[in-house]
Amino acid sequence: MAKRIDVSGLTAYYGSHKAIEDISMTVEPRSVTAFIGPSGCGKSTFLRTLNRMHEVTPGGRVEGKVLLDDEDLYGHGIDPVAVRRTIGMVFQRPNPFPTMSIFDNVAAGLRLNGSYKKSELNDVVEKSLKGANLWNEVKDRLNKPGSGLSGGQQQRLCIARAIAVEPQVLLMDEPCSALDPISTLAIEDLIGELKERFTIVIVTHNMQQAARVSDRTAFFNLSAVGQPGRLIEIDDTERIFSNPSVQATEDYISGRFG
Amino acid sequence: MSHSAPAMGKRPSTLRGATLPKWSPWAIAAGAVVLAVVIGLVGGLDSKVQWGLIAGILFVLGTYGIAARVEGRRQAKDRVATSLVWVCFLIAVVPLASLIWTTVKRGVKVFDIYFLTHSMGVVADSEPGGGIYHAIIGTLEQVGLATLIAAPIGVLTAVYLVEYGRGKLSTAITFFVDVMTGIPSIVAGLFILSLMLILDLEPFGFAGSLALAILMMPVVVRSTEEMLKLVPNELREASLALGVPKWRTILKVVLPTSIGGITTGVMLAVARITGETAPVLLLVWGTNFINTNPFSGAQASLPLYIYQQYANSAGSNAAYDRAWAAALALIAFVMILNMVARGIARWKAPKTGR
Repeated sequence: MAKRIDVSGLTAYYGSHKAIEDISMTVEPRSVTAFIGPSGCGKSTFLRTLNRMHEVTPGGRVEGKVLLDDEDLYGHGIDPVAVRRTIGMVFQRPNPFPTMSIFDNVAAGLRLNGSYKKSELNDVVEKSLKGANLWNEVKDRLNKPGSGLSGGQQQRLCIARAIAVEPQVLLMDEPCSALDPISTLAIEDLIGELKERFTIVIVTHNMQQAARVSDRTAFFNLSAVGQPGRLIEIDDTERIFSNPSVQATEDYISGRFG
Repeated sequence: MSHSAPAMGKRPSTLRGATLPKWSPWAIAAGAVVLAVVIGLVGGLDSKVQWGLIAGILFVLGTYGIAARVEGRRQAKDRVATSLVWVCFLIAVVPLASLIWTTVKRGVKVFDIYFLTHSMGVVADSEPGGGIYHAIIGTLEQVGLATLIAAPIGVLTAVYLVEYGRGKLSTAITFFVDVMTGIPSIVAGLFILSLMLILDLEPFGFAGSLALAILMMPVVVRSTEEMLKLVPNELREASLALGVPKWRTILKVVLPTSIGGITTGVMLAVARITGETAPVLLLVWGTNFINTNPFSGAQASLPLYIYQQYANSAGSNAAYDRAWAAALALIAFVMILNMVARGIARWKAPKTGR
């Protein structure tokens, strides 16, 4: 049930500050698209506009179109809550709900939305935890608090929580930046498996990670501090890392930047 | 500087300096106390408070002097800061301990089951006997009703301010909450009293509850606001990103995460209004008889009972004893509330165990 995302002419603001300007791109279904670029260039902001999380920030607003299989997410009458159920998100820092057990954390999306059958809940939790490669580590302590897990496990718990509601797109905002290499590897493997079922967009500062996990890569940049971030180019990952069409991309990837 | 440092072992180390032994603060404190007693006796100072203050000053000065000589100026400043904290702590604790000690000592004389389960209905103020049953009932009902009014309004106001409030309305609410925090209790009482006079009502318990609710509300708003602000934004975003509506996020994620702190805040606010006398005096009047109906007729309450026993004692020891015993009951009640609040906070705190 993965879906395609078509973005055209998207500009996002924080109050009067323009954070990103005029971004257009297509995210293919059942693939991994990586966003790379220097800090502050608006990758995360752009990611958050894709499931209408940007407007949660005070003063955040968006112009332009985001089409999810021909339906404009910013169109009239679109319910942002429904959008977020369709497009899930994993954050930079693992953020399991501290008052809930591991089981409840995974079940949270279903429970809090109130749309579930009790009999299915156990299956969904097990399936999601297996999907996030966490089941074997936590199956004996599902009732323990989620905050007692290690950082890498917590992040996989958050991924399990996100995929438990069966989204069609999964957005990941630097999901490995707080994790050690082993946990990072676990998550990268997981991303490879998840792309069979979901459309995945991942923001990363780690160039090797982008090269390893993604099918397509988008490079963002900003012309100067305080200027809005822009999409420089998006192409197949192989091309971006071997033979990019823009000089700035090559400079950034090879570390000759700025 | 290194050449002036004392030689330690063969090579003088720039990282090591002379340090006072561990027991030195105690020694200096003992010396300061002894010196203060001597000064007090020689100078003919009667008040023990003066002795204590002199000892405190001597302790701080002595610490600085000795440490500056042995360890150096920076370490001396550090030790002075530490000793100041200790002196201030003692200044704060000594009156508290003395208050509790006095209350317990004088209160236990008539404090028993009989005292807790009987009213003053058939006892003249000058006679021994009687109890605080009617006052306990009054306090529980008035404070309970006030909490029922103030806690939900206060918590909801705080939720609005933290989760929704933007712009002028929330600024105005914050301002008025601040103003309300500063309202003297007697003014809250007078406000309700003016309503009572307009409506031509006799004093009754619920009028007191209303005044107490006015006093309690800003305290609840403030503490709840602080607790809600402590909930990390990431949790809200995590919930929103799962497609959970905002109101449900607040209800199921934000409030459960902060419920321990919120309960503590409410309990402390309850403890604060339990001791209020002025509005109760104006609005509830007090009575010697048991009145379980807070909506009709004068009621008693613990702080009011203490005041009235003291005021009407006319030199009778029986009334004094009852006032002290009631004060003991009041302190115990507030203390129990605080313990319960702590218990709930610990029980509900987000679990971190593995």
